[in-house]
Amino acid sequence: MQIHISKSRMKRRIALNSIFRILFFLATTIGLVFLSLLLIRILNQGLGYLTIDFLRNFPAPYVEEAGMFAGIIGSLFLMLLTAPIAIILGVSTALYLEEYAPKNRFTNFIQVNVQNLAGVPSIVFGLLGLTFFVYLFQMGYTLIAGALTMSLLILPVIVVAAQEAIRSVPKEIKEASIGMGATKWQTIWRIVLPAAVPGILTGSILALSRAIGETAPLLIVGAATAIYTIPDSMLSKYTVMPIQIYSWTSRPQEEWQFVAGAGIIVLLVILLCMNAIAVWIRNKFQNRY
Amino acid sequence: MVNNNEQAHSVQEMIKTNKRKNNLLKTSEKSVPIFLLFCATISVLTTIGIVFTLLRESITFFSDVSLADFYLGVNWSPWSGKFGVAPLITGTLLITFIAICVALPLGVASAIFLSEYATNKTRKIIKPILEVLAGVPTVVYGYFALTFITPLLQGLIPDLKIFNALSAGIVVGIMIIPMIASLSEDAMNAVPNHLRAGALALGATRLEVTFKVIIPAALSGIIASVVLALSRAIGETMIVTIAAGASPNLTFDPTQSIQTLTAFIVQGAKGDTTYGSTIYYSIYAVGITLFVFTFIMNMLSQYISRKFREDY
Repeated sequence: MQIHISKSRMKRRIALNSIFRILFFLATTIGLVFLSLLLIRILNQGLGYLTIDFLRNFPAPYVEEAGMFAGIIGSLFLMLLTAPIAIILGVSTALYLEEYAPKNRFTNFIQVNVQNLAGVPSIVFGLLGLTFFVYLFQMGYTLIAGALTMSLLILPVIVVAAQEAIRSVPKEIKEASIGMGATKWQTIWRIVLPAAVPGILTGSILALSRAIGETAPLLIVGAATAIYTIPDSMLSKYTVMPIQIYSWTSRPQEEWQFVAGAGIIVLLVILLCMNAIAVWIRNKFQNRY
Repeated sequence: MVNNNEQAHSVQEMIKTNKRKNNLLKTSEKSVPIFLLFCATISVLTTIGIVFTLLRESITFFSDVSLADFYLGVNWSPWSGKFGVAPLITGTLLITFIAICVALPLGVASAIFLSEYATNKTRKIIKPILEVLAGVPTVVYGYFALTFITPLLQGLIPDLKIFNALSAGIVVGIMIIPMIASLSEDAMNAVPNHLRAGALALGATRLEVTFKVIIPAALSGIIASVVLALSRAIGETMIVTIAAGASPNLTFDPTQSIQTLTAFIVQGAKGDTTYGSTIYYSIYAVGITLFVFTFIMNMLSQYISRKFREDY
């Protein structure tokens, strides 16, 4: 009798386990389902409008003539300005924290501060940029104001990635370098940084791919929606891909949504390329030691 | 003799160049850390800048509109001079609540599957997919919510407005799934294997191991990940701007159009708001409210994961 009861309990427990295994699996696949729905939907809506002219044209009042050229170039210029600022600041901060900083309260404060900055909503960075860059420094709604705002936004991400990369450089090769008579900075410049470059690059590309899709802060610091020239200086007005997509999405006529779909395809393809490069760098230079 | 002289000369030269080199080295050795420290302080200055900006402009705002009117008022129509922030806060909370209802079960279940059930091979397929999901720009999610999820839901709920909290909330939830899943999975992976093996050896099923051993042990990490995700949902801007509408209603009805704190900041900043007007300053008052909300959440998350970490 007892054996019988425990046997049926056993069966129930095992059955429950199997049911939950399936439930957990289904829950996991919902992300996948959602992603495929999203892609199918966007390809469906946008592919018809994705022509060479769409890539070459400036914004236009008619669906047939609307294009993304200003956005693509604007995003490119924005990234060309953002990347050096954010990477130099980020890697320097990481080097200071990992190699030079004394273990004291101030260092700890910087570290906690970087972590907290990463959690600040992007739109708040937009407000920072609006007050400081647009109004206080009187840059206005220009490319450089947007780039500086974006640099501060992705700074914490780059700092954390660079710190990890620098930390993973083995101690032995640093000590060997010091032992050969190199100074600290020589060691960092010739040994630590080259070894950490793949990690830093991967992190930076991922951070930039976040910046390229970011919309909210740029809406605040005044990226325009209708731009008919490409920026010719750092003080030009500009637009970027996500802002154009946003402006098309928010129009009531349905055909504009197809144009937005085409814009999203372009944006996603660029993002995919950036991510692929990051993954390629990560795999290529992995485990050198 | 001549030879000797020349040699002495070149030795002196050598010493000189060496000294010069050494001096250069010494200066760079000294100046580099100063430059690096300068760069490191930029991040601190950013924080100070954010707090300073928000405080200064909000203080100007609160000299026009009293604190009580702002935080206790229930009517938000800034263009006719009514600045009661409650509708924006309830809008934000509504979105956050819907999002967490979607993301908590799905995110934690995904984490459990990945850390306890999945084989290495499955994990290698699923994790990159979650990473891609986390990398999709929010404007794309917003587009998807407006043009796909809303029409889909309208088939089920005929009264649903075109701009509504439900669709935006669901999509925000899906956006934060990868965050909960990957952080919770890290927490579960950190539970040492001998606990798992011990429970299995005593005859527990995987499910019992999960609920009675792994989750209690990893609870602090899971909660921290959820709180962090809440903060992301509160600060999310584009999805709600596109899909939830711009009508600040004091309601908890998810079929209605609402406005969140973030969506108002966008509306207020991109419109024809003139610099120095009350509406301009109100953006910052809303901004500081948002900042305080997310700051508390982030601190709470860090506190939970530090304080209640189980050490083995």
